[in-house]
Amino acid sequence: MSYLPYALAVWIFAVGLYGVVRSRNLVHLVVCLSVAQSSTYVLLLSIGYVNRGTAPIFADVPKGTRAVDPVVQALTLTDVVVSVTVAALLLALAIQAQRHADTTDPDELSEMHG
Amino acid sequence: MSRGVRSGLFLVSAAGLTALLLWAVADLPDFGHYRGPYGKVLNSVAVGERHTTNVVAAVVFDYRGVDTMGEEFILFASVMGVALLLRNPHRERRQVPVRIQSDAVRLAGIGFAAGLLVLGLYVVAHGYLTPGGGFQGGVVLASAFVLVYLAGDYHAYRSMSPTPAIDVLGATGAGGYTVVGIVSLLLGSAFLHNFGPLGTTGKLASGGSIPFLNVASALEVSAAFVLLFSEFLDELVVRPKARSE
Repeated sequence: MSYLPYALAVWIFAVGLYGVVRSRNLVHLVVCLSVAQSSTYVLLLSIGYVNRGTAPIFADVPKGTRAVDPVVQALTLTDVVVSVTVAALLLALAIQAQRHADTTDPDELSEMHG
Repeated sequence: MSRGVRSGLFLVSAAGLTALLLWAVADLPDFGHYRGPYGKVLNSVAVGERHTTNVVAAVVFDYRGVDTMGEEFILFASVMGVALLLRNPHRERRQVPVRIQSDAVRLAGIGFAAGLLVLGLYVVAHGYLTPGGGFQGGVVLASAFVLVYLAGDYHAYRSMSPTPAIDVLGATGAGGYTVVGIVSLLLGSAFLHNFGPLGTTGKLASGGSIPFLNVASALEVSAAFVLLFSEFLDELVVRPKARSE
């Protein structure tokens, strides 16, 4: 009877975007992007939730026990690992920005040409 | 565009976007009243069809195996990108001081690292039976290496994770996943279609080709995380002079 988890996902996405727009530091920006991305985990997992459902792992519980959707869990699982490596790539770009432009403020970077 | 104008513009458009998103999710099924057919179907057939008790692992390495291969290559490409951006063969190494002087900390750290390594191997090996798998176990394995750096020092960490060897391990993981898919093709079924004996449900020898894909992804994920950590750690030992290159 509740839409709260979905609304939470929307909220996390919105605050993440707000952080990206207001960011004054590339490292901070990457963290905000990770926050925005984590809203997808909340959304996926809450869509797949089944009331009083257990984890879709039937090692200790008999087959046929009510369980949550394994597909969205699988998507979230790979998403988490990949998002960390993408964040690492972006942080490497931030290091390059510091090296070449001597700043990690996105506003100052946009004024540089070449 | 000034920051004030940009923020104003953002607040207006974000309010619109948030309203639209809230409107969209209001039509989703109530929380806890999942209506999608795939999850229910998989939960009822996967254990019988694949003899794996962890249905999430069966989805990752079998029913949606091609999707996972895509994810693996995103991971591979971004780690390659990090290496490309940060790796500099001409940089001069600076002597890194040994920070940890306490033998007790070293001993505890090495003990925890060994335990973490075993835990990582356990999580990988039982990935398709109990909660865990190549992705989760790979990260645990990589964190054992990080603990060596924390409790030991840079040189201890580097001698445990020589970059050429880690490069080869990561590539083996990514390539191995594809090779398993090609073997399916050679056997006359679809790419990444499960093959091999399914074994006994609940035993380590089960799941057909799922264990191979599981180990391949564990190799790739652990190598990727160790490599990322090495690349960022190497930034510490770059001489400030070399930075302007």
